[in-house]
Amino acid sequence: MALRHFGAAAAVALTLGLGASPALAVTEIQWWHAMTGANNDVIVKLANDFNASQSDYKVVPTYKGSYPDTMNAGIAAFRAGNAPHIMQVFEVGTATMMAATGAVKPVYKLMQEAGEKFDPKAYLPAITGYYSTSKGEMLSFPFNSSSTVMWVNLDALKKANIAAVPKTWPEVFEDAKKLKAAGYATCGFSGSWVTWVNLEQLSAWHNVPLATKANGLDGFDTKLEFNGPLQVKHLENLVELQKDKTYDYAGRTNTGEGRFTSGECPIYLTSSSFFGNVKAQAKFAFTAAPMPYYPDVKGAPQNSIIGGASLWIMGGKSAEEYKGVAKFLTFLSDTDRQVWIHKESGYLPITKAAYEKAKAEGFYKDQPYLETPLLELTNKEPTENSRGLRLGNMVQLRDVWSEEIEQALAGKKTAKQALDSAVERGNTMLRQFEKTATK
Amino acid sequence: MQKQAIFKSKLLPYALVAPQLAVVLIFFYWPALQAVIQSFLLQDAFGLSTSFVWFDNYIELFQDPAYFESIIRTFFFSFAIAVSSLSFALLLAVMADKPLRGVMLYRTLLIWPYAVAPPVVGVLWIFMLHPSLGVLARYLRAAGIDWNPLLDSNQAATLIIVAAAWKQISYNFLFFLAGLQAIPKSVFEAAAIDGARPMRRFWTVTFPLLSPTIFFLLVVNIVYAFFDTFGIIDTMTRGGPGTSTVTLVYKVYSDGLLGGNLGSSAAQSVILMILVIVLTGIQFRFVERKVTY
Repeated sequence: MALRHFGAAAAVALTLGLGASPALAVTEIQWWHAMTGANNDVIVKLANDFNASQSDYKVVPTYKGSYPDTMNAGIAAFRAGNAPHIMQVFEVGTATMMAATGAVKPVYKLMQEAGEKFDPKAYLPAITGYYSTSKGEMLSFPFNSSSTVMWVNLDALKKANIAAVPKTWPEVFEDAKKLKAAGYATCGFSGSWVTWVNLEQLSAWHNVPLATKANGLDGFDTKLEFNGPLQVKHLENLVELQKDKTYDYAGRTNTGEGRFTSGECPIYLTSSSFFGNVKAQAKFAFTAAPMPYYPDVKGAPQNSIIGGASLWIMGGKSAEEYKGVAKFLTFLSDTDRQVWIHKESGYLPITKAAYEKAKAEGFYKDQPYLETPLLELTNKEPTENSRGLRLGNMVQLRDVWSEEIEQALAGKKTAKQALDSAVERGNTMLRQFEKTATK
Repeated sequence: MQKQAIFKSKLLPYALVAPQLAVVLIFFYWPALQAVIQSFLLQDAFGLSTSFVWFDNYIELFQDPAYFESIIRTFFFSFAIAVSSLSFALLLAVMADKPLRGVMLYRTLLIWPYAVAPPVVGVLWIFMLHPSLGVLARYLRAAGIDWNPLLDSNQAATLIIVAAAWKQISYNFLFFLAGLQAIPKSVFEAAAIDGARPMRRFWTVTFPLLSPTIFFLLVVNIVYAFFDTFGIIDTMTRGGPGTSTVTLVYKVYSDGLLGGNLGSSAAQSVILMILVIVLTGIQFRFVERKVTY
């Protein structure tokens, strides 16, 4: 409790501080984000360029900490009546934002009311699908998107006499055993974000549902159902391989990524946005291959789903302010600008035109693996099971799923028991969320 | 001896106490009251819809077996943290109390860790013992020890206890050292002349004379272990593996701040508050009797 109040108080203090500057003719637009390092520079440059391009509006970006921190700061500020105009929210916060009718302004409505030209079809459906209603109405503006890829240490494959990068899960398992024998004794393969990779992406990639109601996109009365044969089999495989460290669990978040760049784990599944670190640190030849699949599943691979974040527009602002926000979103959608963001940050381009342009410029010729996440996302037309996820309390939901997976990997539960219990506990949380979600 | 102060004006004493009272009311009682109110509500993260649900939040908690496990775990962790940090600090304080060359340097170095914030403590220990980031972890694994606190719950619990205790040692050390220096040297000399050996001198002279300090630190350490360790848990294990390092206060944090379930989080903090009040009450009622001031 005290924490929450402190957060609210801090948010109030901060917004008051910012608002204290004399109100000029320029309308200020607050943009809260969670980008650090090079990506923070991208944000600052975008804001500066926009501010220089016209004189009516001024976008003010503010770094608010990690993704959850930024979201909590925004929620606290909203409760205190001082929400920013634009808030960057990671993809797992989507349902929470969407449930808050009145707290947010859907992007499609914003663009309509501001009279800005806006064609939802110009954006890559694999990305916008995540942030749209089942009717195709775009709720938030996609900003930085990524997907899961399989990072491979090519030198290690050579050392273990493996001819080609594995494509299927059975091949990965077999190669990992060979790698282990070739000296990678503590970790044949591993991955970050254990639930994202091994439940969420696995299900979408094989066109298997994670939850009912199109994974929650069609309503909050969704039920989890990832305790099916595919997911259970996959977890059983991981449990079996964990025993001799052919697979070695590397944690719930991405703290284990160093095991790939240090050369300890030659095969590592994580976000495509890991690229910057790999390029900077890896002292070996590497590539980013598509996620492996089970060849006995019909129709696999399907398409992957995105990670990253989108921009949510907060409710309760004046028409003038919204006009500025809409102009800013149009500014961001510009093809050249999207190509620049793509190259600069390593995140995906969000419009079809920007993707085509990057391709035409030969951007993927030297580094074809930078296209891998895009090819995964657009591999097939998204289905109900692969359009995206929209589950309430996703941050905590993932923690609960991770807890159960850890129990299985530690040998305290069977894979089936662990997933059953993850589904059951998750459903309780979803019902809790449904009760509080504004109708 | 006259202990009572005599005020001529009737208002003056109230005026003198008022600022302190205001601080206590605004910063302690008001948030506590808010927590009690919130614990009866069901509310979404944004505060857009609120409904009064009586004791639903409490009932749900008590129907959850994991909650009881977390209570037991919290008591175990607190006990382990308090005992290990107190005994270690006492040992260090006794050693630093001796006339040594460079004793000021030792004392200063021992006090340093207290200035470190709990999440930073977590990060420091991660850099030593995290299975993929840790420097020491590499040596452990090279030595053939299967070190993986991400999957081994005993290792994870040990890690949390060690990190939390380590941070508190400095604080305890400061008080123990001050307590030791307050004991007149003549008492030791007399005991030494009587032929008592160092161990006996410690247990029969030092320890009883330190008992007020020990009692005070016991209360402070238990409260610390209950409330201030969530930063360490969050950075090191996030409650894992499984739920094996989820303590009561970490659950309050994760349900409330990460999960946006403010009602349940508030109910948990009310229970936590009651638990610590009861615990402190017990300490003052029973342990304090053994303390000689």
